[in-house]
Amino acid sequence: MSSQADYKDRQFLAVIGDEDSVTGLLLAGIGHVTPPPDNQKNFLVVDSKTDNAAIEAAFERFTTERKDIGIVLINQHIADRIRYRIDTYTQAFPTVLEIPSKDHPYDPEKDSVLRRVRRLFGE
Amino acid sequence: MKAKLKGAETGHSLLKRKSEALTKRFREITRRIDEAKRKMGRVMQIASLSLAEVTYAVGGNIGYQIQESAKSARFRIRAKQDNVSGVLLPAFESYLTEGNNDFAMTGLGKGGQQVQRCRETYARAVEALVELASLQTAFVILDEVIKVVNRRVNAIEHVIIPRTENTIKYINAELDELDREEFYRLKKVANKKQRDTAEQDAEIKKRREAHEASDREKQASEAQETGPADILAAEEDEDVIF
Repeated sequence: MSSQADYKDRQFLAVIGDEDSVTGLLLAGIGHVTPPPDNQKNFLVVDSKTDNAAIEAAFERFTTERKDIGIVLINQHIADRIRYRIDTYTQAFPTVLEIPSKDHPYDPEKDSVLRRVRRLFGE
Repeated sequence: MKAKLKGAETGHSLLKRKSEALTKRFREITRRIDEAKRKMGRVMQIASLSLAEVTYAVGGNIGYQIQESAKSARFRIRAKQDNVSGVLLPAFESYLTEGNNDFAMTGLGKGGQQVQRCRETYARAVEALVELASLQTAFVILDEVIKVVNRRVNAIEHVIIPRTENTIKYINAELDELDREEFYRLKKVANKKQRDTAEQDAEIKKRREAHEASDREKQASEAQETGPADILAAEEDEDVIF
């Protein structure tokens, strides 16, 4: 079981998304850059030129390395690119949340959690 | 051993109840997740629309500017706990830290109002997202816990209780066998005793009969000796003289 200290100091959200989603979420005020010297951002802008390795690395960094992130938001079409990583990610903290993006409508069938829900209820 | 079986049964019923309570909560959460996911779709759509408005009003892409000016999170979350039958479910709660605004300069030239509105819309969207995230966390944890509890329930139901019952059955069988042996032994002893008494009785009877027979003989001989005191057959009486 996750102990209390495990999630007590998780107070940030992280975003992996296309430019519009990231911009919007940053406008809401979730952006955070850790103080120098490491200057780590808690967001990653992905476009068609970003390769999957970079996305994976960011996902890895947000989910396992950083201990101050409570929720990882990821655009669904980006999640699709590293789908196997998302599907094998079963930890409770940080929570990985797939969000819709502007150009890609939300498809509940692809969401790893919703798929688990459906499988559990045999639908 | 009986106490152990009783303990196992009590534990089983308790765990079963716990698992049922958790499953109930779990179903509720999954339903809410489903709803929240759909709601999120709508909210994000509205938010993207307002961002498009901003882009139009500012007249150009403000993405880079925003990404560069993001320094410290204004919108943060904190986790609190929720207790469901002994399982601690964390729930995220969003809050705004006061006093820092990274985007004071954004939209200064034009579209400031749109930027402001967009920020509010996105803040609402993120709130919905945070709610969804806490539901999802609860879902993952509950899933895990339910699996563990069900495993325990099944272990008790299918392994521990039958094993204990078998042990008890074995002990009972052994005890029964001992009992039967004892009973048989007692029966044998009783039989023997009966036989003995019967023999004794027979002996006594024989002796008594013999005794009686000798008695009768004696009596008979006595009777012969004395003869009946018959009046008619009396011996010559003394004459009675008047």
